[in-house]
Amino acid sequence: MVTEKPWITSGLLLLFLWITVHAAFPQTSGNATPVASGPVASQAERIAKLEQAVADAKGSADNSWMLVSSALVLMMTGPGLALFYGGLVRKKNVLATMMQSFALMAIITILWAFIGFSLSFGSGNTFIGGLSHIFLRGVGSQPDADYAATIPQQTFMVYQLMFAIITPALITGAFAERMKFSAMVLFMILWSVLVYDPMAHMVWGKGGLLNAALGGRFPTLDFAGGTVVHITSGVSALVCALYLGKRVGYPHEPMPPHSVVLSFIGACLLWVGWFGFNAGSALAAGSLATSAFVATHFGAAAAVVGWGAAEWVRNGKPSALGAISGAVAGLVAITPAAGFVGPMSALAIGLLAGVLCYLMVAHVKARLGYDDSLDAFGVHGVGGTIGALLTGVFASRAINPIFKDEQGNALASGVIDGNPGQLLNQFVAVLVAWVLAALGTVMILKVVDLVVGLRVPADHEIQGLDLSQHGEEGYYWEVSA
Amino acid sequence: MTKLEAVIQTSKLEAVKTALHDIGVEGMTVLEARGHGRQKGHTEFYRGREYVVDLLPKIKLEMVLADDMVEKAVETIIGAARTGQIGDGKIFLSKVDEAIRIRNQERGVAAL
Repeated sequence: MVTEKPWITSGLLLLFLWITVHAAFPQTSGNATPVASGPVASQAERIAKLEQAVADAKGSADNSWMLVSSALVLMMTGPGLALFYGGLVRKKNVLATMMQSFALMAIITILWAFIGFSLSFGSGNTFIGGLSHIFLRGVGSQPDADYAATIPQQTFMVYQLMFAIITPALITGAFAERMKFSAMVLFMILWSVLVYDPMAHMVWGKGGLLNAALGGRFPTLDFAGGTVVHITSGVSALVCALYLGKRVGYPHEPMPPHSVVLSFIGACLLWVGWFGFNAGSALAAGSLATSAFVATHFGAAAAVVGWGAAEWVRNGKPSALGAISGAVAGLVAITPAAGFVGPMSALAIGLLAGVLCYLMVAHVKARLGYDDSLDAFGVHGVGGTIGALLTGVFASRAINPIFKDEQGNALASGVIDGNPGQLLNQFVAVLVAWVLAALGTVMILKVVDLVVGLRVPADHEIQGLDLSQHGEEGYYWEVSA
Repeated sequence: MTKLEAVIQTSKLEAVKTALHDIGVEGMTVLEARGHGRQKGHTEFYRGREYVVDLLPKIKLEMVLADDMVEKAVETIIGAARTGQIGDGKIFLSKVDEAIRIRNQERGVAAL
């Protein structure tokens, strides 16, 4: 009976309301407010309580920022990078390109839970973490004071996971439009374990070879991943481009981006997400996060101007694609420096990165003749290397007193600050990242080539990867409205 | 009956359509087209790579007219579409054997 229905619905609603209210406020149906019993608390007890409350408040503040940052960094991969890369390819490959980033969001997550986090941040040796946190054993709500004393280790774990996701996703730009999906999956699993995890451990892990704060042999300043994220992905991208060879028809056939509009949205999301990436790398919500946030933004802005101006001079026009590419190049370059440099240094780093990455992508690449489809090397490899070296130049103890003497006094950080030796450490880290990425990637490519084959057949490539790899199209042609 | 095909500048579609309507042309088919005649294209740059775009966007109009309308229609299109620059487009005329209205199978000029 239709007329009875409103009564049934309202009755159910009332019941539901009654249950939720009683579940949320169980004490309201109980006794009156309890009366304080026993003697009045001593002053010492009250101070201890107060201190605990302050620590709890700081923990909550830090944790909320770190959870937001984690979400921001995930947003960089999907939809940020997926849109950025998706717009740069031809129509027939848009979904396949976006799918590569998205698949990594899932696959690397599972890998990270099983073994990745442990190999990166578990106790281990100089080069790689151990198996202490395999299957996330012992990773719970208690902080790991060595890394971040005020947030649950689980927050730290999930934040670092987002970095482990975007790093391999960056590489996909180099082999876009021609790699098999199965080969991509296998390659990325191996790459994550054999290249990313060791590099993350060396730079950020306890006792890692390049760790600046936790007893590294060559203390390297890499705030948010210039070496770990951008050099490893950029150099691996170059190796992939060289190993796989050019796309069918490159460079004779025109292959302009099918939608700079998509790329534009993607780049803007990357810029916003990067605040989580760099400012979040303070691992707390204090003034260091602010400083890194500011440096990040200023670096990006300067690089837009740098790339745009260089392009304006060379081509007579500043393009939208140039502007957004410049932003990404600047964000890449400021990544290692973000928590160590002031706003003026950030402007200098961004400007240099913008101009140099433009020259790399627009001129050097054409001369060398390799087909890095979406310029993963030109932007991340080159920008990451520039940033890592310039961090050694511009790092300042006034921003982040990371080096201290035995009395706890801050020591000089970068070259301008009075520590010329730091440039050597930065150089060692750059070299380690280049060598590890290049050798690791060649080895993995050979294995994957043997097991499943790397490239799709030429006719599949011409048809497009959307259809040949996934059986769908990004822009379905509908005849009737 | 005569089939009139006109390739015009995209910016002239509205003017041509209105002018044809005013002289009593009742129907036409409009296609977005790409092409070039003597007009040179332009170059685009994507991350420093130069692309020569020589197939430019054009509008192609197709209509089948009673023979007594043809000259008037040609003059009207020229009047509305001409700028005097290279790239103004072309008009092609050809004979049509038959026209059939799908709704009621009318044939010939009655079907136009």
